[in-house]
Amino acid sequence: MGEAIVITSGKGGVGKTTTTVNIGTALALSNKKVCLVDSDIGLRNLDVLMGLENRIIYDLVDVAHGRCKLNAALIKDKRFDCLHVLPAAQTVDKTSVNPEQMKQIIHELKQDYDYVFIDCPAGIERGYKNAVAGADKSIVVTTPESSAVRDADRIIGLLEKEKNMEPPKLIINRIRKQLVKSGDMLDVDDVVSILAIELLGIVPDDEAVIAAANRGEPIALEPSNYASIAYRNIGRRILGESVPLASFEESQGLFSKLKKLIGIR
Amino acid sequence: MGRKLQYVTIKGTKDGFTLILDDRCSYRELLDEIEEKLSVATREPNDNRLVPVFLETGNRYLNEEQINTISELIRKKKKLYIEQVHSNVITKAEAEKMQKENRIVKIEKMVRSGQVLEITGDLLLIGDVNPGAKVVATGNIYIMGVLRGIAHAGANGKTDAVICASKMEPSQLLIADIAARSPDELQVFNHEMEYAYIDHNLNQIRIDKLQSFTMLQQTYT
Repeated sequence: MGEAIVITSGKGGVGKTTTTVNIGTALALSNKKVCLVDSDIGLRNLDVLMGLENRIIYDLVDVAHGRCKLNAALIKDKRFDCLHVLPAAQTVDKTSVNPEQMKQIIHELKQDYDYVFIDCPAGIERGYKNAVAGADKSIVVTTPESSAVRDADRIIGLLEKEKNMEPPKLIINRIRKQLVKSGDMLDVDDVVSILAIELLGIVPDDEAVIAAANRGEPIALEPSNYASIAYRNIGRRILGESVPLASFEESQGLFSKLKKLIGIR
Repeated sequence: MGRKLQYVTIKGTKDGFTLILDDRCSYRELLDEIEEKLSVATREPNDNRLVPVFLETGNRYLNEEQINTISELIRKKKKLYIEQVHSNVITKAEAEKMQKENRIVKIEKMVRSGQVLEITGDLLLIGDVNPGAKVVATGNIYIMGVLRGIAHAGANGKTDAVICASKMEPSQLLIADIAARSPDELQVFNHEMEYAYIDHNLNQIRIDKLQSFTMLQQTYT
């Protein structure tokens, strides 16, 4: 029996789907059985990032309404046998599934997979409630912008109220080192001090992520890209390894402290 | 009718009259005697000023209706009005309310965006108040953490309530019915413990270093 992790953010466009796809891919690289569930009904795009759009026959709503078996709706990834996707429906909206049905589907998936990642839609309404219903753990994605941090804070408050849910963990996405250095962007320490939850990882801003998404290939497949390394490190932390923040991941404070420690000025 | 005992004693003070009501007799007897006593008393003051009366009810509990009846009775008879009622007893509900207003509620949590924390009494919060969050207390607010959101102390109108925080970066402060917001231009916050209070000379909220708090308390007492 695996665990279900919901990936959420409150604000839209901070990289929930990208994070879901890449963490899923990173764990599949470590030979874990992973299922990605797109719960953004009506605005599905997880399948696009994976390059699997043309294979969708049945979707989440079909499963919820018993129009097909769960296995029939699952799509196997092009690259990994152990990575599957449960796509969202595109023609209906979020009210066509209720939290009870989601709970049931996630519970069923947990029997067969090590990790079930639920990609949550933006907002705190029905879609959010659906996505959170079956989850055991949660990851909050934010960018170092005050609006995204504010929404993340709201979501964390809601997640903390959920029963049977571990305290959420944080991923800070799209850090730009130059902007942080010049003081024009919130740094990691600022964000963590406001949100006050455990930091799971930070991902640098990289144009290659956009390019890879457009090709339908997760960036986590590229071995040398910084963002890819960040996602794989997050994957390893989810597996329980203690991986220190890589140098590009470090906040300024920590980095300079470390430099001081080894004696470079 | 053995009306030998005095159920109602009237005393003149420099502020007005004090009516001391016996707490052993029946309420009916009390009303009769008040009526009688006030009918007898003569010497009307020349001006039209109303004279304040202080009511001492001892160990008798008078409910609001009964106080109103006595009040009307007194008003009808003479140019008197009840300034204050002093009683040795209060109801359980009143006692509980008083106790609630005077307690310190300790809460350990982060108050996050969209959350409102409302308590009766003083609030001792161990944790931060994030932007978009709000804490409300009928008494003082002490925050062991960063105040970034909204804090409302003395919510029922207590104007001497204060708001203390380890780090003061509020978006809004309210004490009783006076509000203050943070300045529009970006400011550098100092990291000293600070507290906010109403400056009664200017009738606006001021923030000061916590060190001066004890000085303020001395001026009040």
